[in-house]
Amino acid sequence: MPEQASKFALEVDLFYIALWLMTIFFTVGIVAAIFLFMVKYRRRHDGEIPEQIEGAMTLEILWSVIPFIMALGIFAWGAKIYHEMYTEPKEALEIFVTGKQWMWRAQHPDGQREINTLHIPVGRRVKLTMTSEDVLHAYFIPAFRTKADVVPGRYTTTWFEATKPGTYHLFCAEYCGTQHSGMIGTVTAMEPGEYESWLGGGTKEPPAVAGEKLFSSLACSTCHQADGKGRGPKLVELYGKEVKLNNGSTVTFDDTYIRESVLDPGAKIVENYQLIMPSFRGQVSEEQIAQIIAYLKSIGPKDAGATAAKPAAPAAVKSAAAKPAAVPSAKK
Amino acid sequence: MASEVIAQTEEPRVTYLNAGHTVKSWLLTLDHKRIGLLYLFSISVFFAIGGIYASLIRLELITPQGDLMSADTYNRVFTMHGVMMIFFFLIPSIPATLGNFLLPLMLGAKDVAFPRLNLLSWYVFILGGSLMLITIMTGGVDTGWTFYPPYSSIYSNTQVTLAGVSIFITGFSSILTGLNFMVTIHTMRAPGLTWFRLPLFVWAHYATSLIQVLGTPVIAITVLALAFERTLQIGIFDPKLGGDPVLFQHMFWFYSHPAVYIMIIPSMGVVSELIANMTRKKIFGYHFVAFSSLAIAVFGFLVWGHHMFTSSQSMYAGMVFSLITYAVAIPSAIKIFNWTATIFKGSVSYDTPMIYALAFIGLFTVGGMTGLFLAALGLDVHLHDTYFVVAHFHYVMVGGAIIGYLGGLHFWWPKITGRMYPEIWGRISASIIFLGFNLTFFPQFIVGYLGMPRRYHAYVPEFQVWHILSSAGASLLAIGFIMPVVYLTWSLKYGEKVGDNPWMAAGLEWETSSPPPPENFTYQPVINHDAYEFENVKEIKEAAAREAALQTA
Ligand code: HEM
Ligand SMILES: [Cu+2]
Repeated sequence: MPEQASKFALEVDLFYIALWLMTIFFTVGIVAAIFLFMVKYRRRHDGEIPEQIEGAMTLEILWSVIPFIMALGIFAWGAKIYHEMYTEPKEALEIFVTGKQWMWRAQHPDGQREINTLHIPVGRRVKLTMTSEDVLHAYFIPAFRTKADVVPGRYTTTWFEATKPGTYHLFCAEYCGTQHSGMIGTVTAMEPGEYESWLGGGTKEPPAVAGEKLFSSLACSTCHQADGKGRGPKLVELYGKEVKLNNGSTVTFDDTYIRESVLDPGAKIVENYQLIMPSFRGQVSEEQIAQIIAYLKSIGPKDAGATAAKPAAPAAVKSAAAKPAAVPSAKK
Repeated sequence: MASEVIAQTEEPRVTYLNAGHTVKSWLLTLDHKRIGLLYLFSISVFFAIGGIYASLIRLELITPQGDLMSADTYNRVFTMHGVMMIFFFLIPSIPATLGNFLLPLMLGAKDVAFPRLNLLSWYVFILGGSLMLITIMTGGVDTGWTFYPPYSSIYSNTQVTLAGVSIFITGFSSILTGLNFMVTIHTMRAPGLTWFRLPLFVWAHYATSLIQVLGTPVIAITVLALAFERTLQIGIFDPKLGGDPVLFQHMFWFYSHPAVYIMIIPSMGVVSELIANMTRKKIFGYHFVAFSSLAIAVFGFLVWGHHMFTSSQSMYAGMVFSLITYAVAIPSAIKIFNWTATIFKGSVSYDTPMIYALAFIGLFTVGGMTGLFLAALGLDVHLHDTYFVVAHFHYVMVGGAIIGYLGGLHFWWPKITGRMYPEIWGRISASIIFLGFNLTFFPQFIVGYLGMPRRYHAYVPEFQVWHILSSAGASLLAIGFIMPVVYLTWSLKYGEKVGDNPWMAAGLEWETSSPPPPENFTYQPVINHDAYEFENVKEIKEAAAREAALQTA
């Protein structure tokens, strides 16, 4: 058993043990039956023909239905855990992770960055929003029993809550080329106070703030004006809502759609607007896109539900430099 | 190898082996039995290559540092191991060798429906295989046998395109064989041989052929799309070009999940024959076993998404795929129970084929049950892409498919060659394989759960002890696999000559001579009874009469 260091760990381990018990039960049962039959019914003489048994309907039904019911039980148990793992928590510390051949980069809400390590507080839900700059990777923390693929062109998320301080393995679980086995690191779970002081070290800027700067330096703000009078749609209070497109369909204004619009503005054009926006492909890195998303999220509606995140002023933001910038932008 | 036999056997009787001695008579043969042997020889070569790669992998993983070869080399090694074993050994193994040899015999037919197409399939297979050898010699591939883009499409600078072309071509061989078998089973059955009198081996091959014909084109399209993206930069899978990497996974597993059944269903067919004949009993619940093959084949197309629970596919898609996966597990369970019930009150022999059949049941049970772990959503999140998966699929593919193949090869060896292998060596090597196998792969369940990811060339030191056990097991396993190669080859020349039906087995193939004449039967068989009617087996009746005479004397 690997170390149990998250809320899921115990549940997954119990499930695992239960399945092994079942496997041992069936395997031993079958093997014992076979041994018994082998000995008891061994061929006594060359011309022997045993009594023939064609089959028995009741038995067939019994040994189809009973395993099926057991299988449904396993399915339900597994689905319950999966549902928990893949339902995004409402109140979570959100960390952005970028996978790249062959390293993991993470950026904390207050701007602290790290490579191949991840520092998190114990006893608090942590949500990772992840994407890749090149190929598929997978973020795998065995001690937390969590794993999620990191996919270029998409945002995937995973979440966990560490239950005890310590340092745990972080592996890349999706084959990604030469140094795949070197794309490993550590996750350090710390007491919340220690985490705060760890964040305090180094200089940084919260992603939402960096995103706001990008929003103006890339001149997004000239068209996407806050009062909706610009040549592009107004993006304030939009995050997590449905947007009507000029082809009649709708799309959710979420991470993936924002990213797509930045890189390929023509893909889905909002109703009543023209394609005049240039593509920013090659001009912005995945990390910068993530920052822009963080900014747009921070100016989004406050009650956009589970997927739309909170205003970018999470409680963790302690840094004096970050605070004044982040909070006002959230209130705009 | 086989032409040697002909030179040695100076029987007056004409068999398919001595019906022509020249190399040309082999290379241009239309006889399904000779084509079966051509395949047997070719896939054995590919198996040996795949096996050498396997040994390299196990050697490298004895120490955690990755000191034997470079990371790049290691990545090529495990890729070529997978590609060789899956596309060039497991998928063709039973259908192309035993299937080719036995189907017409079991149906009472002179040959398959399209003998020329059958020969063509072999040439297509050889063409594909040669291209793969060229791929290896020009640098190999480092993408893993699953070829996931965008790594494979844009980032890898190895021979991905060539490998793709090779797999594309090889796929046609599989399609043609499947097509040929289906038509043969539909149209060439002897008078009186109704569907429900067919041996279960034939049912299994019918189900397999369905998958080959319906599934293989999808992998062909998939690798073609990959090749287009690589060479022409058409954006299909790489988001940088406007594609979707998860799309590839859907397309790949839409074929490759059913493909794992191409590997296992024929083996289940073999095991049904072995169990019935080595216990002299009708298979318990014949209809259930027959239909379970079809059910696996059909439902096997609906569960591909269970390889993608962590791929960013939606949570509800995951749930649906998981649920359907459990539904497909039932037909496999049915088979296990029915085989066990068949042994009950049987007349059980202890010969090598029976040992293989029992090993199959044991190992396949573990392999199948651990599939339930992987199909369990919340648990698969942890297990996916770890050594647990590696152990699972080796339990089903080596412990299932290869064990069944070896059991079948031993069982029909006297039919194929007219000679018996040395029984004692058969039992010893089967037991070594069983032990070596478990020692190799069981530790992988453990190290997988501990968190060891797949496709790692170096790993953290705390996993080492499990890898040492696994590598030790692999050495034992290698010995177990080499032994049959030696004694089977030996038996070609020195093996005891046996009668037409040394096992006193039921089945049309045992009614003709060993080795069979070029057109299988010197008469037209007519069938008036079900499969596995041992009262009709001439040799058993004779033995019983002898025994009765001895008792009265
Ligand atoms: C019929 C025999 C079976 C064969 C030949 C087989 C073969 C395989 C193979 C080759 C893989 C790994 C593919 C790869 O990623 O390279 C695999 C994975 C898997 N198998 Fe099986 N399997 C069998 C039975 C089962 C059963 C009965 C179940 C479930 C009830 C199952 C569930 C799974 C799942 C869920 C995975 C994906 C695991 C993951 O990637 O996380 N399998 N199987
Ligand atoms: Cu990676």
